[in-house]
Amino acid sequence: MTELDTSPRAKRPEFRNIHALSDLPSYRLPLAGVVSILHRISGALMFVLLPFIIWMFDMSVSSEISFARFTRAFEGSGGWVLKLVVLALIWAYLHHLIAGLRHLRMDMSHAAVSKESGRRSAAVTLVLSVGLTLVLGAKLLGLY
Amino acid sequence: MTVNFGTRRIVVGAHYGLRDWLAQRVTAALMAIFTAIVLVQVLTTKGELGYTQWAGIFAAQWMKVLTFIVIVALLYHVWVGMRDIWMDYVKPVAVRLTLQVFSIAWLVGCAGWAIQVLWRL
Repeated sequence: MTELDTSPRAKRPEFRNIHALSDLPSYRLPLAGVVSILHRISGALMFVLLPFIIWMFDMSVSSEISFARFTRAFEGSGGWVLKLVVLALIWAYLHHLIAGLRHLRMDMSHAAVSKESGRRSAAVTLVLSVGLTLVLGAKLLGLY
Repeated sequence: MTVNFGTRRIVVGAHYGLRDWLAQRVTAALMAIFTAIVLVQVLTTKGELGYTQWAGIFAAQWMKVLTFIVIVALLYHVWVGMRDIWMDYVKPVAVRLTLQVFSIAWLVGCAGWAIQVLWRL
């Protein structure tokens, strides 16, 4: 403080440890919090897989031969790995898009930023993104 | 007039962050519209979506220009997002700076590759 403050001050308590393994897991993250951290995770996942996404675009669009190679990569013995990665990307894109639209709505509407509205829109986001992932995933896995 | 250069430069306050926050929103809206455009074209292909139909979507000049705009938009959008992530979790400046440089190099490389693919069509 300043030189005028001569009274001895009690030291403030210091919290150095975030107790990641004992305390953090016991906190209840609200639905909006789940959507938020998944928004970040889905974005980071797409960042990491960006070269793979461009590779898929390259293969699929360059020539008939590369397109055939591209579709063949999904069949065969190692095809399921590719399908799993693509499924993860489908979820990541859908969640990021829908949660992003939720953000834009919250930017534009005062009513959208109430606690109840936030909880409801978060629930809609999760249902829609997971639901569409299942629908598109079923198509990817050849179920229809 | 306040002195605001060199060691006295203020990097917080009015306008700082606002440009990137807005850019993230604008690029997001643009990419959402692009997604809808691609989706409409994919869903309205008569018959099977083979190579000719798929590559045909990206062969039109207007679609190439639009896709190019979206690639640039994606670059900025992802940069703001990754910068936020590094900023939140990586406190040591040397490590964070390295990660930021790597992120930009990664993104610029990806953008260059994607543009190359687009214009090969």
